[in-house]
Amino acid sequence: MKFGVVIFPGSNCDYDTYYALKNVFKQKTTFLWHKEHDLKNVDCVILPGGFSYGDYLRSGSIAAFSPLMQEVKEFALRGGLVLGICNGFQILLELGLLPGAMLRNEKLKFLCQFIHIRVENNKTPFSHQAKKGQILKVPIAHFDGNYFASPETILEIKKNSQIVFRYSDAKGQLNEEANVNGSAESIAGLINKAGNVLGMMPHPERASEVLLGSEDGRIIFESIIAKLS
Amino acid sequence: MIDKKIIEEHNLTLEEYEKIVQLIGREPNITELGIFSLMWSEHCSYKSSKIHLKKLPVTGKNVVQGPGENAGIIDIGDGLVAVFKIESHNHPSYIEPYQGAATGIGGILRDIFTMGARPIALLDSLRFGPLSKPKNKSIMEGVVSGIAGYGNSIGVPTVGGDIYFNDCYSRNPLVNVFALGIAEKNKIFYAKAEGIGNPVLYVGSKTGRDGIHGATMASAEFDQDSEKKRPNVQVGDPFKEKLLVEACLEVMAKDIIVGIQDMGAAGLTCSTSEMAANSGAGIEINLDLVPQREEGMTPYEMMLSESQERMLIVAKKDKVEEVQQIFSKWDLDAVTIGQVTEGGRLKVRFEGKIVVDLPVDAIINLCPVYKRESKIPSYLKSETIIKPFPSPENYSKTLLKLLSSATIAEKEWVYRQYDHTVQVNTAFLPGADASLLRIKNSKKALALTLDGNSLYSYLDPRTGGKIAVAEACRNLACVGARPVGVTNCLNFGNPEKPEIMWQFKEVVEGIAQACSAFNIPVTGGNVSFYNDTEGISIYPSPVLGVVGIVDDVSRAVSPGFKKAGDSVILLGENKEELGCSEYLKCVFNMEKGIPPQIDLKEEKRIQEFCLETISMSLIESAHDISEGGLSISLAECSLLSPLKIGFSLAIQDDMRLDALLFGETQSRIVVSSSNQKVKKLLNLAKKRKVKATVLGKTGGDRIIIYHSNKKIIDIPVNEAYKAWKEAIPDIFQVK
Amino acid sequence: MKVRILVSFKDSVLDPQGQAVKNTLHTLGYSSIKDVRQGKVFELELEGISKKEAEKIIPKISDKVLANPVIEKFSWQIIEKG
Repeated sequence: MKFGVVIFPGSNCDYDTYYALKNVFKQKTTFLWHKEHDLKNVDCVILPGGFSYGDYLRSGSIAAFSPLMQEVKEFALRGGLVLGICNGFQILLELGLLPGAMLRNEKLKFLCQFIHIRVENNKTPFSHQAKKGQILKVPIAHFDGNYFASPETILEIKKNSQIVFRYSDAKGQLNEEANVNGSAESIAGLINKAGNVLGMMPHPERASEVLLGSEDGRIIFESIIAKLS
Repeated sequence: MIDKKIIEEHNLTLEEYEKIVQLIGREPNITELGIFSLMWSEHCSYKSSKIHLKKLPVTGKNVVQGPGENAGIIDIGDGLVAVFKIESHNHPSYIEPYQGAATGIGGILRDIFTMGARPIALLDSLRFGPLSKPKNKSIMEGVVSGIAGYGNSIGVPTVGGDIYFNDCYSRNPLVNVFALGIAEKNKIFYAKAEGIGNPVLYVGSKTGRDGIHGATMASAEFDQDSEKKRPNVQVGDPFKEKLLVEACLEVMAKDIIVGIQDMGAAGLTCSTSEMAANSGAGIEINLDLVPQREEGMTPYEMMLSESQERMLIVAKKDKVEEVQQIFSKWDLDAVTIGQVTEGGRLKVRFEGKIVVDLPVDAIINLCPVYKRESKIPSYLKSETIIKPFPSPENYSKTLLKLLSSATIAEKEWVYRQYDHTVQVNTAFLPGADASLLRIKNSKKALALTLDGNSLYSYLDPRTGGKIAVAEACRNLACVGARPVGVTNCLNFGNPEKPEIMWQFKEVVEGIAQACSAFNIPVTGGNVSFYNDTEGISIYPSPVLGVVGIVDDVSRAVSPGFKKAGDSVILLGENKEELGCSEYLKCVFNMEKGIPPQIDLKEEKRIQEFCLETISMSLIESAHDISEGGLSISLAECSLLSPLKIGFSLAIQDDMRLDALLFGETQSRIVVSSSNQKVKKLLNLAKKRKVKATVLGKTGGDRIIIYHSNKKIIDIPVNEAYKAWKEAIPDIFQVK
Repeated sequence: MKVRILVSFKDSVLDPQGQAVKNTLHTLGYSSIKDVRQGKVFELELEGISKKEAEKIIPKISDKVLANPVIEKFSWQIIEKG
């Protein structure tokens, strides 16, 4: 089993994700370079957080056009596991692998803080080790995390149980205050219809060690590892 | 050709001009004059501060690099070094808050990675005018988003800092930025230009007309025209800098370059002449080869441009292609624009002609040094006296008032905008006494803090300097870190005024005494003079950045109370000192009196004791007593407690109650300890000659303080939390 | 040839930045401002192609790159003939 972490110019959670996989979860992990067409036979591709291409046009938009992403798209269509974290989620939306788009946070400020998410769907390769309704404490750090989709799309993703995580309070209640960035349906994590491509705004790699204030993010990596083993 | 008016416009005196003529043996041309005006500016030459800075202790067994380089370097063991520095970006941040602050971040980060270190932390010390004025609010909003915009994008966590408010900063806000990086000890790079014939490469953004004369702007007083200087401010491109970091570190990992220098203030001029001067060599460049963003730029404009995100590299002759390949991998151009020469001259060609031909020694080393006149300020006589004032009737109300004052109130509104968790090292969230970053693959952690109280420094500069160092070190002691190195940013008014020079001299003396007493070296820093607008100067504002090491991160201690039923113990002695307190300012609108005094020996004893109790796991929490005094510090221990645990305590000392509750007497720390460990702690305190007083116990959901069996403070923790937490967001609320 | 392309949020998408600008204008007393929508402007310089070809590629690149059709719409005009 091998993980691949993609480096775009401007990625800044590439080393963090690599560190978590390699040092915390002891997994074989390699970097993938955006200019190449080679996925190096990895079993799971991770698009890390950061500001790919400075996020200068729209968050994640330019990265979606990079040579490697054409391979990632095909990999995903063949059923390969793809996890997009933060900027990675934005890239997956821009690429069209996930429905919808990201708007600026409702209060127009960058938000870096620990928040809580509730597991809505635990029948995915990324969440099967969690209980449905389980609350996870994980940090976010983004400016554009206000998820938007048309009403028809929202109906569709709800019908297909594509919402994997929702922002909630510590007790698991959904409310305006907990939905810090103003996302539609409090969406924090979204999976594609086929169930192999997940995008999430919170950073599980920043919540995989006690020292960093939470270990709740482990369950996501552990789910993937169990699935691939 | 060069007349008096032109000389004045370049902020040079006639004497300085004559010295230039004498040094180079002829009249300089306009480009050459521009070069001297930059390098002989206060900002670059330290001509007014040099003789005083000599007093600072700069050596120590862990010092790898002291002052004079891009950043200071301290050995942190395991083959690693910490590379760190603080810089001011005050003037640009007033003119254009967002870009001023953003490029400040860009600049300080370049200082760090230029030396071969990967930046792992940013902190900033900010000073604004009171938020009751809309202009101050918008400056603060711009500065905070500028820091966030640059730091978040480049992926270096902003993990802490401090913010103070005072009217003296309304027209002169201070933006001091600190960065720290980690490098391998045997892979440090310097600004060297060695090896005659080695090529000089230009890397990064193209050169435009931005920021021409930024360094001279930072060396002159503000007037009404300053806001018109807006085009002077550079625009930052964090994405480009992120590419530069990665490319430079990749180049540095191989043995292919000789030296590297960033182009910060004073751009091409500074980098070429400094690199040459550092190696006793010369440099020759051809401006026609410099990548340009605008058309028709003159040599003067190119040499003085402060376009951001540019580096100068001296490569090994036969490795140029390899260097270029790495930069091209990161979509950056690396262009050969000249070479290292013999003879110590800076020669610049433009359109086939030599337009600059100067001895680098004259540019870098022969700037006049001034021993400026100093005089005790006349304001001290009146301002240090406090007229009698009444005691408050309701101490609970006073406590709430202080908790919601901008200086004391919680700053989450600010640090939530900064990515403080990227790089997965952040062990303590902002708000603790010091920021704590683990060192990967090791048990150790680095603790970082910035400190400086300017009102203390205004009314007793020497004490202000001492306390800035002492409090920063106390912050470190509270988390369990030994201080290992200091960097300082000294923000003052116009040094040509004798009273300002006196403040400077005294503050530096205070810092020097404290650093010597604590045995910590100063490894560099920055002096920012001319923080005056229309003749009004800021308070003397030293900001100390201190780096400490925690040997075992699992033992580090945070300020919040951990569980109900623990004993709360005060280390140190209460004294009746109310001068310069936040209490006087907040309740009586008085910025007067003599600041609390400090005995450095006693301070050191308390700090070492605190460290000892942490290493023996005797305490659960530790929090320094500073602005707002004992009662605020105790309240903060509740508010920073994950469970918001209250307390019920009794204080016995016989003195004015407001002094006991809100006085800012130094050398005090509040700790909490599990009951079974209290005895051991008290015995150890006795042995170490530290005064330790058990005040009471944690628990409940109220903040309760008794004095002589009378309840003098009683507030629900929730109410205190609300006052403290919502004060700043309320101010910025968009209605 | 110079082309100006205007990208802005679709009417159905909330534009918080536009709202913030509107609120500021109201606080400053410009109460007649009914609504503000914020957008982006791109200026493209084209060479070596005809107007007809330009008219073909501009909508294509606007749809594919410059705007995100999930949330944004675009309009364009030739501002300098070449």
